[in-house]
Amino acid sequence: MKSQDVVEQDQAIQPQMVSVEIEGKRYQVPAGITLMKALWYTGKNVIRGAGCLGGFCGACATYYRTKDDPKVKTCLACSKAVEDGMSFSFMPAFPARKASYDLIQLKDPKQDLFELYPEAPLCRNCNACTEACPQSIDVREGVWKAVFGDFKAVSEMFMDCVMCGMCTPVCIADIAPNLVALYASRAQGVHFTDKPEGLDTRIQEITDGKFNQDWDRVMKLSDEELQNTTAAAK
Amino acid sequence: MDLIAEQNLVHKTRDARRAQTMPKLSPAERDTLIKKYHPDHRAHAYRPIKFGPNAGELTVTEVANLLEGDSPIPSDFVPKPEYSVDVLVVGGGGAGCASALHAHAQGANVLLATKLRLGDSNSVMAQGGMQIAVAPDDSPVQHFLDTLKGGHMKNDHQLLKVMVEEGPSIGKWLLELGVLFDRDADGNLHVKKGGGSSKARLVTCSDYTGLEIMRVLKDEVLNQKIPLLEFAAVVELLSDGKGACTGAILRDLDNNRLIVVAAKTVILATGGIGRLHIQGFPTSNHFGATGDALVLAYRLGAPLVQIDTFQYHPSGGIYPEQLVGALVTEGIRSEGGHLVNGKGERFVNELDTRDVVSSSIIRECEEGRGVRTASGHVGVWLDTPLLDVEHGPGTLDKHFPAMVRQYERYQVDIRKDPVLIYPTLHYQNGGVKIDTNGETPAPNLFVAGEASGGLHGRNRLMGNSSWI
Ligand SMILES: Cc1cc2nc3c(=O)[nH]c(=O)nc-3n(C[C@H](O)[C@H](O)[C@H](O)COP(=O)(O)OP(=O)(O)OC[C@H]3O[C@@H](n4cnc5c(N)ncnc54)[C@H](O)[C@@H]3O)c2cc1C
Ligand code: SF4
Ligand code: SF4
Ligand code: FES
Repeated sequence: MKSQDVVEQDQAIQPQMVSVEIEGKRYQVPAGITLMKALWYTGKNVIRGAGCLGGFCGACATYYRTKDDPKVKTCLACSKAVEDGMSFSFMPAFPARKASYDLIQLKDPKQDLFELYPEAPLCRNCNACTEACPQSIDVREGVWKAVFGDFKAVSEMFMDCVMCGMCTPVCIADIAPNLVALYASRAQGVHFTDKPEGLDTRIQEITDGKFNQDWDRVMKLSDEELQNTTAAAK
Repeated sequence: MDLIAEQNLVHKTRDARRAQTMPKLSPAERDTLIKKYHPDHRAHAYRPIKFGPNAGELTVTEVANLLEGDSPIPSDFVPKPEYSVDVLVVGGGGAGCASALHAHAQGANVLLATKLRLGDSNSVMAQGGMQIAVAPDDSPVQHFLDTLKGGHMKNDHQLLKVMVEEGPSIGKWLLELGVLFDRDADGNLHVKKGGGSSKARLVTCSDYTGLEIMRVLKDEVLNQKIPLLEFAAVVELLSDGKGACTGAILRDLDNNRLIVVAAKTVILATGGIGRLHIQGFPTSNHFGATGDALVLAYRLGAPLVQIDTFQYHPSGGIYPEQLVGALVTEGIRSEGGHLVNGKGERFVNELDTRDVVSSSIIRECEEGRGVRTASGHVGVWLDTPLLDVEHGPGTLDKHFPAMVRQYERYQVDIRKDPVLIYPTLHYQNGGVKIDTNGETPAPNLFVAGEASGGLHGRNRLMGNSSWI
């Protein structure tokens, strides 16, 4: 293999550095690393803010701005690469209100939404939530869908939601869109989705002991016999 | 050749590869391959444990060092309980939330303590799905046999029987909490085929299975108003002096204060070990996955099982740099994605068990058929565009939105181009020894989820991480 795809040694030993501003303070960090790694690189002991490190848990919600651009954007620090001239800070924990509910007991979940989250229908359509979402969910649309009772659409739209909460501090109507969506999605699952019959059948079969004979046979097999049985399966 | 030329080779060989069937290896061939290439068989990485219930047994030095470490508690510390509860659940992942909800439903007074935020865990990242023997042509017995085969026959039979038989009920419990599993047209649970399984058995929520389950479980823990201690790590267990567990000492990570909890029962659900970066491997695991339960339980006298074997997931990212170690879901292979070496050839049946597939990738790379990235990582291709070719355009968007997004962030379009992968440290196969009730030989100490041992034998089958 020619060495065109291998870094020059000097380059590998001395990574290219970029200049970033973390919580208002300037640092030099290696180009291309994630914002999270930049925090570690500069010696910060990140506890609040680090979770899955894979873009799924929303613990690392971050505000950032790129060089000379006035627009402050949002991202997940574990899943975004640093750029020269970037400024960033973690989002502090935001005291959003979560309603409490017992889903199974709800009689009319679509109506109950207005009791649990009375602020939801007061959305003023500013679209700030959508712009704040690092997962590119059309959050504003989702809030309206929830209010109009299209819980199915909400559940599909918010499947990508990592509950980072970045849509809440920006809301001028004090809505926590992700919590409204979670309520709607769970209600969709509990109240408006078919019960899978096959699953109930299987549970019944297990309770009725349908597999007992098979179990008796299998649990008595020696290790060697088991090995042959499993090897036979495709 | 540069990366683009290497990539073109994958495109060029695609049609020829589609016509090919890769044979499964015989048991003897599997064995030889694993012994030669699997990281579990690198003798220099292992050493015997010096003392305790597993004295003399081999484990990786990273784990042995921790097991033999000193207590972080000052010797003059007097434990004065701040909380007194029936059940202390340690860990805010799937196993922890499920344990807390079940105990709470039984009327117990529960406290859930977790090192990071509630839900920050490995659980939230599960993409591939969970195995439940629910299809009409499937059965718990078949699930049992497949798992046993995957685990090299070393699984604890009783634990395994409980898992495969309770799987369907757990699925039902999650549905009743509102988890939106993928469905077939007739409303039944849609099942996919996973590596090492003879039947389609993976239940999914697109490729956000763990995220969807965790959103719901977390919400329910909050709804039930189960008391929480977040950013509080258990650092030592308390004992009655005769080996029974009586509570725990936690460290509040915000102010470094020690908190003492007296508990009739402690359930450790602290998850896996990836962040120890065993043998220098990158990992797919979350920030808090440092094997804490192994050390906590061991110090109380509870034995560990199969802590000499770890799962290296075949497909960890190696390019772009930001995705090194990150998991590339097995779902791609489940739906027919090929593994392709630097010469444009397939080299293993992609649906074989993880240890076999990982070993064969390591073989390809060690024998010079790997592909090198600019930062020096070597790996093989996973042919993602093949899925759209095979099952129609839009397949990747529909079935793998999380993965499309994961790569899009770094300007890689997996619909157009294959991705580079290499095994990543993924799962702690063994763990603390438990019985079918989840109790360890140390009375009142229970272990749930990835921290527990015995269920998976020497290799966990995909989708089999039990949360009970
Ligand atoms: C990227 C990825 C993808 C996966 N995909 C799948 C899949 O598709 N199917 C499948 O079946 N399995 C999958 N797995 C495995 C599966 O997700 C895990 O094995 C399972 O979720 C473990 O659940 P858990 O609750 O035991 O541990 P975790 O979910 O990891 O939770 C452990 C919790 O304990 C906390 N904790 C740790 N130490 C302490 C301490 N000392 N004190 C207090 N709290 C502590 C942690 O912060 C965390 O909240 C995947 C794993 C990863 C990493
Ligand atoms: S909807 Fe809100 S909580 Fe969910 S990912 Fe978008 S910004 Fe984060
Ligand atoms: S931020 Fe609030 S008010 Fe604005 S669109 Fe979103 S939900 Fe409506
Ligand atoms: S740490 Fe979980 S999303 Fe970034």
